[in-house]
Amino acid sequence: MTMDTPATGNTRASKASQGNLIASVGRTDDFELTDEERHEIEHEMGHYENPRAASIGALKIVQKRRGWVSDGAVIAISDVLGIPSSDIEGVATFYSLIFRQPVGRHVILVCDSSSCFLTGHDELRDAISSELGIGLGQTTGDDRFTMLPVCCLGACDRGPALMINEDLHGPVDPGDVSALLERYS
Amino acid sequence: MTSHLFSTSTNGETHPLTYRLREDRGYVDLTEFQQKDGYEALRTTLRDLSPDDLIENMKTANLRGRGGGGFSAGVKWSLTARGDDHPRGYIVCNADEMEPGTFKDRMLMEEIPHLLIEGMILAGYANNARMGYIFLRGEYVLAAERIEQALSEAREAGILGPKVCDSDFDFDIFLHTGAGRYICGEETALINSLEGRRANPRSKPPFPGQSGAWGKPTVVNNVETLCNVPAIALHGGEWYQNLSGGRSDDGGTKIFGVSGRVKRPGLVELPMGVTGAELLDMAGGMRDGLELKTWLPGGGSTGFLLPEHLELPLEFDAIGKAGSRLGTGLMTVVAPNQSVVSLTRNLEEFFARESCGWCTPCRDGLPWSVKLLRAIERGEGEEGDIDMLVSLAHDIGPGKTFCAHAPGAAMPLETAIEHFRHEFEAGIRHQKREAHAEPIPVGSV
Repeated sequence: MTMDTPATGNTRASKASQGNLIASVGRTDDFELTDEERHEIEHEMGHYENPRAASIGALKIVQKRRGWVSDGAVIAISDVLGIPSSDIEGVATFYSLIFRQPVGRHVILVCDSSSCFLTGHDELRDAISSELGIGLGQTTGDDRFTMLPVCCLGACDRGPALMINEDLHGPVDPGDVSALLERYS
Repeated sequence: MTSHLFSTSTNGETHPLTYRLREDRGYVDLTEFQQKDGYEALRTTLRDLSPDDLIENMKTANLRGRGGGGFSAGVKWSLTARGDDHPRGYIVCNADEMEPGTFKDRMLMEEIPHLLIEGMILAGYANNARMGYIFLRGEYVLAAERIEQALSEAREAGILGPKVCDSDFDFDIFLHTGAGRYICGEETALINSLEGRRANPRSKPPFPGQSGAWGKPTVVNNVETLCNVPAIALHGGEWYQNLSGGRSDDGGTKIFGVSGRVKRPGLVELPMGVTGAELLDMAGGMRDGLELKTWLPGGGSTGFLLPEHLELPLEFDAIGKAGSRLGTGLMTVVAPNQSVVSLTRNLEEFFARESCGWCTPCRDGLPWSVKLLRAIERGEGEEGDIDMLVSLAHDIGPGKTFCAHAPGAAMPLETAIEHFRHEFEAGIRHQKREAHAEPIPVGSV
């Protein structure tokens, strides 16, 4: 299959996390939501007819502070929303911007859709790969960068485009990759 | 970093979507929006028009869905379950812009979110909705900031909330940001996602207008579609329909655009029925003095067209008759030294990755097409592979799956083979080497 699950190519963590998943099922003692997180999630719930609707928002709230969503976080969120943790896990693994494994401090989303493909996506991706020594779905050994593919960023007039964290960049010349990445320590 | 506009106008009667944009292309705040007649359509409508009047105007306008579907917005609204027997439902703005080659809604939301808000309130009034949600893709960070700012300005001014503009109508809007996945743009998948579920499409019927979010009547409209509503409410459906007078039966103007191997990619608001040739000309023509090889008229789920199709009016029917779809109306152009096989492989990889996996033809058929396309791209295709691709495209086509994802993927595949079969044949192993097209990497500059 060609379906890419975010960060599954992360060679550093993939086997270990399988083990963790089994070991931590039903355990929440290693994870607690902060008061601030809980408050934000409860605020989200108020916007909808049903608390379930806040599940994606809740995952994003946790990820914003912790960088990724651990098994304990899935269970803690399910407790707040009052729905099964399997449902939260189903949502967490469906959406490409929810990370169920640790990612680098900076996440690079490289647009691989048609307009960027036609304006040099492959060269840009390869330049990042050789600069950082990682492929798509992988994290650098120093946990600085994770590189992932992303759907059309709606920046087709600036292709090839990419996002680093919340910053959109484009067009990015492969020759400028090194200087661009320098800005993210 | 705002998108280049090929031309601008401050005339609201010819450029209802863009006439209020600032010269510096910054955020149009509430004060400026109201100075430029913003929310005038809302006030007038709440005072003078019934919901039925507004829906009639929308039908006369013949505003066809700007997210790519092309369904008449007025007809959609007329099918919403309304009245005393039905609960008040929802207006959901589809702001999950992810169609490859499409960058129009971003501009509207970043620069003039009040226009969208006004359109949504009017849609709420017409469809008896109690609340609106803007379903925005998570990557549109600046759009999210601007929308939140506009929402709070509108709430503070009494334009949103209880008694909208001192009328008897209550309506509020919340911003809901997504977490990736193209399939969220499909209207029933979007509703599932809004409800906090996996974004699998729902079986229709019931249509969302009968039973959508949380079982309530729900109208899902694209950003640009909703942004057209205020002008229709203010000037009438006939005026809107006539904007494209003589060029197309589809009403109004549209944000068109060009990207790919052109000199000056960008956007422009023009009447429906403008030609691809006019747009390509505005974009300065192809880069490096090259000719146009082929183009997609409106995103990755539309079919390839040829240079001879550049003279066709960009409207839903004419482009449909040529074997493609208008889609989002933003052209992607391809140069002669770029391989159609590689581009098709890129598109099918996108659709395979973004399939939600619910329906077997889509879940299994798309990765299979990618496997065949990769082999052909490497010059290692087997005899029968092209026929298999044609057959696959048929088997994932309309009517085989819950939603239009797989049929959307089938269209570029089918039309690529139809127009460029020789390029595919060149990648089949038994072909003589001299027949092999020079496989210039598609992304090379």
